[in-house]
Amino acid sequence: MNAFDPVAGADPIRSRAPEEDPITPLPLDSDIEVDQGSAGEPQPMHLRASSLALVFAGGVAGVAAREALTLAFPAAGGIPWAILTANLTGAFVLGILLDALARRGPDHGRRRTLRLLLGTGLIGGYTTYSALATDAVLLLDAGQTALGIGYALSTVLLGGVATWVGILVAATTHRTRAERRA
Amino acid sequence: MTPLLFLSIAAAGGLGCASRFFLDGVIRSRTRGTMSWGTIMLNLSGSLLLGLLTGFTSSQLLPGSVHLIVGAGFLGGYTTFSTASFETIRLLQERKWVAGTANGLGVLVGATALAALGFWLGSLA
Repeated sequence: MNAFDPVAGADPIRSRAPEEDPITPLPLDSDIEVDQGSAGEPQPMHLRASSLALVFAGGVAGVAAREALTLAFPAAGGIPWAILTANLTGAFVLGILLDALARRGPDHGRRRTLRLLLGTGLIGGYTTYSALATDAVLLLDAGQTALGIGYALSTVLLGGVATWVGILVAATTHRTRAERRA
Repeated sequence: MTPLLFLSIAAAGGLGCASRFFLDGVIRSRTRGTMSWGTIMLNLSGSLLLGLLTGFTSSQLLPGSVHLIVGAGFLGGYTTFSTASFETIRLLQERKWVAGTANGLGVLVGATALAALGFWLGSLA
């Protein structure tokens, strides 16, 4: 028997709220901080060398991908298209990833490894906030007020929509799979 | 761009991400409530620092390669958009409208203001 088989009632998501709220299992924030140390004592994740190494490795790849995108698509007309693209696609994929992981079970073992490597590291490094704020300032400083405000606002609004759609895609995929198994 | 510069940006980015993860954990263990203060503080401080760096570069105090390694690399990894967006949507899904709006639009206004302050200070130098 599959331990996460929703039909068997082992899936905490389905057994708790079969229809109403498909989003409940996601935590409000994306990090759960305490893990167990070697002697079983609680140890904050951010102090573990293995966790830091996972985030570093994912981050190197994510930042390299963003930089490659910046080289391929330089800013045109003052709009940093590469950063906009990275932030929107990253927001979409993080929505899928975190929802899919949360639906597969609690945050430890392989799921936590994937979350730190791909979520906090890869997608966290691929997307950026400092460039969003600074590029908006450069547009405002150049007197392009409407463009600066428009760029910053649309990143946050479209990014929110992208995250929401990502969560929805993961939730729908999970439900379809569960029904197919039933 | 030389391969060495590209690799330096990527490596600095990895360090930025690891710093974000570490500091987020530190801030998280010292704060309470529904808001993710770790992500908020990191994005605000990173925006201030990139503004400052951009100001220094515009007044020719720093070479372009340093700007790329520290700015696009380290600070690009130190700050993150995807997690901020995720946390905003989770707050809105929980019908925490004020917290969600503050996390989305409030942080955007704050980060832009801090980047402007940094840019101005850096340009004075």
